[in-house]
Amino acid sequence: MEAINIFIKSAFIENMVLAYFLGMCSYLAVSKTVKTAFGLGMAVIFVIGITIPINWVINEYLLSETGPFGVDLTFLRFILFIATIAAMVQLVEMVVEKFSPSLYNALGIFLPLITVNCAILGGSLFMVAREYNFGESVAYGLGSGFGWFLAVVAIAAIREKIKYSNVPPALRGLGMAFILTGLMGIAFMSLMGIDPAALMSAK
Amino acid sequence: MADTAIQTAPVKEKEPLFGKKERKLITDPLNDNNPITVQVLGICSALAVTTQVYPSLVISIAVIFVCAFANLAISLMRNYVPKQVRMIVQLVVIATLVTVVELVLKAFNYVVWKQLSVFIGLIITNCIIMGRLEAFAMANKPWRSFLDGVGNGLGYGAILIIVAVLRELFGKGTLFAGSPIEWAIIGPGALLDTNKAWLSWYANNNLMVLPAAALFVIGVLIWVQRAYNKKLVDVS
Repeated sequence: MEAINIFIKSAFIENMVLAYFLGMCSYLAVSKTVKTAFGLGMAVIFVIGITIPINWVINEYLLSETGPFGVDLTFLRFILFIATIAAMVQLVEMVVEKFSPSLYNALGIFLPLITVNCAILGGSLFMVAREYNFGESVAYGLGSGFGWFLAVVAIAAIREKIKYSNVPPALRGLGMAFILTGLMGIAFMSLMGIDPAALMSAK
Repeated sequence: MADTAIQTAPVKEKEPLFGKKERKLITDPLNDNNPITVQVLGICSALAVTTQVYPSLVISIAVIFVCAFANLAISLMRNYVPKQVRMIVQLVVIATLVTVVELVLKAFNYVVWKQLSVFIGLIITNCIIMGRLEAFAMANKPWRSFLDGVGNGLGYGAILIIVAVLRELFGKGTLFAGSPIEWAIIGPGALLDTNKAWLSWYANNNLMVLPAAALFVIGVLIWVQRAYNKKLVDVS
């Protein structure tokens, strides 16, 4: 129950891009066409969904005082988290290159840059700050990955359409993307009142 | 990365400490090559703290520090790091510097550390730092890389502070709230209207406190910058 709640909350209400601006760089860079946005969105769901639980295990069993070393190693958290993420991204890169070379070429530099996609490290750090348990952190990982995917595909679709509009030259491209994202953020905020627990019991 | 190709054979000439080129490294990122509005890097992590000026200032200083010293460190070891593992090396250097920043902040200003929490850690994944390491520090000498880091940190901080000033001023009517010098600027009972009633009608605009406002403000900033700086206009 709690897990469903966290999934919905992290996907819509506390959306990584729209509420915390995490992962904005790749969000703006790949959102020119829906196809690349879709591919990178999937990669992000995968990486974030795996790294958050892994980092939970690392944080809980390796770095805490009750861990194998018996000392508080939380100051190593940043380095270990980022290493996990880098390793997972490497894995995804190899898989994508093998099974979908066209997607690999389309994503280009942005695939390795998932490593520095703030949404992923941010997810792990939020997971620690909010003291989730293992189940909750899995739900949180999938939810926030899905939220990022949703946001990037939506903005890509809007940007494909807005090419046909008469935007002032100085606002074209980047400036417009920012304003559109802001409007999307306001739209997503209207989901804030949703209470998953109440929805489930109503069924 | 494209810059590596331009690198020419080492010339034996004395480089001035603060020549024209060096000064350009600092001033370029402030406008023509701004990390946020032109390079589109590093928007990620820090925008969420721009509701107030004081935390934004802290983050800006942290970014300048990390960016400059990461550039310096990577530039010093650029010839010894194999290409395949360079990303890991870069990340470890950045993560170490960020850990230093975090511990220093935690020790000296616990309240701000608590307020920024996750966002200090997120400096690691701030693309501007990694971007400068890849594009500049891997191909340039230490001193110039250091200056490039300072310049980009400054350009980044400038946008952050502009956004934060606008958001805090119109959203809360204050500036530097939470810091030792807290100013109430507009609104009832504030600095500017002690004996003038003409600003007391101002009611705080809650839209400016919402995350979306940061995006609007940056969108408009880009618009203004490109309206004056025509060569930056997106032609695609």
